[in-house]
Amino acid sequence: MKAKTQTPVAVLEPAQTQVVKIFGVGSAGVAMLDAANGADFTGADFVAVNTDAASLASSSAPVKIQLETRLLRGLGTGGDPERGRAIAEEQFVTLKTACEGAGVVFVVAGLGGGAGSGISPVLARAAKETGALVLAFVTLPFACEGNRRQQQAQSGLDLLKSVADGVICLPCQKTFKLIDENTSVLDTFRITNGLLVESVRGVWRLLTRPGLIRIHFDDLCALVRDRHSESVFASVEATGPARAREIVEKLIAHPLLDEGRALAESEAVLVSLMGGRELTMAEVNRVMEQINRQCERAQIIMGAAVDETLKGRLSVTVIVARQGPIPMELPPLAASGNAGEQVTSRGVVARPGSRCSSPTAPSAPEQREQNLDRNAGARARKPNPKMRQAQLSLAIVSKGRFDKSEPTIHKGEDLDIPTYLRRGVALN
Amino acid sequence: MFDDSSIVVGLEIGTSKVCAVVGERNADPAGTGLNIIGLGQARSRGVRKGEIVDPSQAEEDVRNAIVEAEQMADVEIRNVYLGVTGAHLRGFNNRGVHPVVSADREISEDDVQDVVKNAKAINLPTENSVVHAIRQHFFVDGQDGVTNPVGMLGSRLEVDVHVVHGHTNRLQNAIRLVKGLQLEVDEIVSNGLASSLALLSNEQKELGALVIDIGGGTTDYVVYANGVIKHTGVLAVGGDHISNDLAYGLKVPLSRAEKLKLEFGSAQVDGECRGKAVTITNELGLPFKTINVEHLRRIMSLRLEEIFQLVGQDLEQSGLFDYLRGGVFLCGGCARVPQIAPLAEQVLQMPVSLGQTNSVSGLKSALDQPEFVTAIGLVKFGSFKTRKREGRTSLVSGIKGALGSLWRRS
Repeated sequence: MKAKTQTPVAVLEPAQTQVVKIFGVGSAGVAMLDAANGADFTGADFVAVNTDAASLASSSAPVKIQLETRLLRGLGTGGDPERGRAIAEEQFVTLKTACEGAGVVFVVAGLGGGAGSGISPVLARAAKETGALVLAFVTLPFACEGNRRQQQAQSGLDLLKSVADGVICLPCQKTFKLIDENTSVLDTFRITNGLLVESVRGVWRLLTRPGLIRIHFDDLCALVRDRHSESVFASVEATGPARAREIVEKLIAHPLLDEGRALAESEAVLVSLMGGRELTMAEVNRVMEQINRQCERAQIIMGAAVDETLKGRLSVTVIVARQGPIPMELPPLAASGNAGEQVTSRGVVARPGSRCSSPTAPSAPEQREQNLDRNAGARARKPNPKMRQAQLSLAIVSKGRFDKSEPTIHKGEDLDIPTYLRRGVALN
Repeated sequence: MFDDSSIVVGLEIGTSKVCAVVGERNADPAGTGLNIIGLGQARSRGVRKGEIVDPSQAEEDVRNAIVEAEQMADVEIRNVYLGVTGAHLRGFNNRGVHPVVSADREISEDDVQDVVKNAKAINLPTENSVVHAIRQHFFVDGQDGVTNPVGMLGSRLEVDVHVVHGHTNRLQNAIRLVKGLQLEVDEIVSNGLASSLALLSNEQKELGALVIDIGGGTTDYVVYANGVIKHTGVLAVGGDHISNDLAYGLKVPLSRAEKLKLEFGSAQVDGECRGKAVTITNELGLPFKTINVEHLRRIMSLRLEEIFQLVGQDLEQSGLFDYLRGGVFLCGGCARVPQIAPLAEQVLQMPVSLGQTNSVSGLKSALDQPEFVTAIGLVKFGSFKTRKREGRTSLVSGIKGALGSLWRRS
């Protein structure tokens, strides 16, 4: 199935002319789609796919597909991905016709529930069969949402990886570091949704904005595909004369990149720089030099582009294909099919209502500002013991005897953490 | 009473041990010989990464070490040369300029003093103070490589100095601790400088050499080129980190990790240890855990490799690699790790050997150990200083000083 990238559609010249369809799957996906809609995605077709009628009704997407059978009575999949998958298989033709004509298909979903984990792999396959390139953007549930959802999300993710050209994944748990402790639940979900939308936007820009140093979609796919690994994503912005340096600092401190550890352990990195007309080569050079130094082992693909709306700002999007902690040896469809079946055999727990039912969509630029502020805030707060507490539960690496001593930071690396961990050397 | 002046004591408050070395300057007329007559050491408990974190415990350890050294050497220790280290120490090169104003354009001793003073006048952050300002070479009217310009003719005298500076309060912590034990601190010396003094001969300094002292909490390194110190650095990573990595990676307590490091450690993962496992027992003698030796060595090897890489990168930035014709010398407790020299050779791409203290005689057991190099270097530094001081004092002032000290003591 990987060979399909070589189908005629994959020869994408010029990129601007192709049709891009963005599918939001499941309640979370639909909510994210709403967050993205209206932001600068001119030229993309939005399609909302869900089993839950209520969620679709509130969506602002122009095209809505409700996957419905009599069995469900409009109540959704009940948190069971197997049901979602069954329905999607039943309506496979509908999905395929919806994908018809698109050159690139983005699948946006929140994994863990019934619709997101069940439908999106099928949708990806349908899109694949029409000859489009498929890139999936998914969130993994918070740890507090329970083990079952985590497992469902994981098996959904594995399925997606086996069919889509690339999967970009945002584990919600990691966004805790970005978020203030007093943020309401609603806002938290809004922010995680916003982050994912941000990544979609980053890729979108890559594909559509005139690049000075162009990144081809094939490069992107090659980066995220076949790695059996988690691709993480970070986007930062800075202004002012020292913006190049600030960008690098922000990247290194970015929680989604595990404070720069992701960069050190990365296998491949895609960097996209975006600036206004005043973007200088020296700045590009400075940022790239630092990133190169951070990830010595990685294959690096870089692109730079000018976007006139970014007046004085420099925006950098990084997608890091990282060696997973456990390399997953998954023979594509057969094994993942089994995984799916296991989930069903474990029995169905009724869990109506997905976590992402917030119908209101905040305006995206505002959101971005907000995220950035939070990002900066999280860095400034680091010495605060309260914040430490939150970090401890996430970062498993304890520094042992150096726990209380002044950390030895050398070029953004904490040398107190064992070298083999920082370099991602596996002991097996 | 006069004997006292020939005794020099070096005290190093290290991360893993506190070590006091007593040296006696030989009475031979040249005064070059140095005899080690006493050695005292104590396990250090109040120091992390080369800096004191628990003064009361550190004070006790220092007292124990000093007492042991006093007993062994049979002297009373009043003054010490104190070794300091820590990540806050920084070194850089600076140049001072001084116009020669005398009518005949002859450079006098005063001119030399002035130019060195100018070179020392540097902009430091207010909380920092200078530990060393080491003279490199003089320039007379742009002429390079002058070692002693007194008596030469010239109109413009310049000098390069290597300045080592550090955080004043942190330096004072160690000094105060020693003073609390009724000891005088003659001078503070950076550990890296002391180690290099102990290891390198003049010839090696001239050829250019790198000394890496990997201790318990810090790695100090010094670069000599053309006979002078060109670069110094401190990395707050050492043997403690290896133990900590092992404790984390092998999931054993820290004390056990320390033992495993000493027993099975190696800087290189060779074919022989592949798949080899050892079973360790708990205090009752029952099997407690099986440890894979290959993992142990891989963890160690990666950490040590990283240390050498970081030092290498620093040297590369300062462009000193090509000056190191004398090679690399290792010392400090970690120099005991088997295979460490081949590993360093691999990383730094130049000949590496374990350093040996030269031109010192005395207790054989002390001199052969890499972990005492710093303390011996401190003694050596002290002996240089006292000799210089004596050389300068004229006969009259010498007698005056002796009388003065008589008065003070009575």
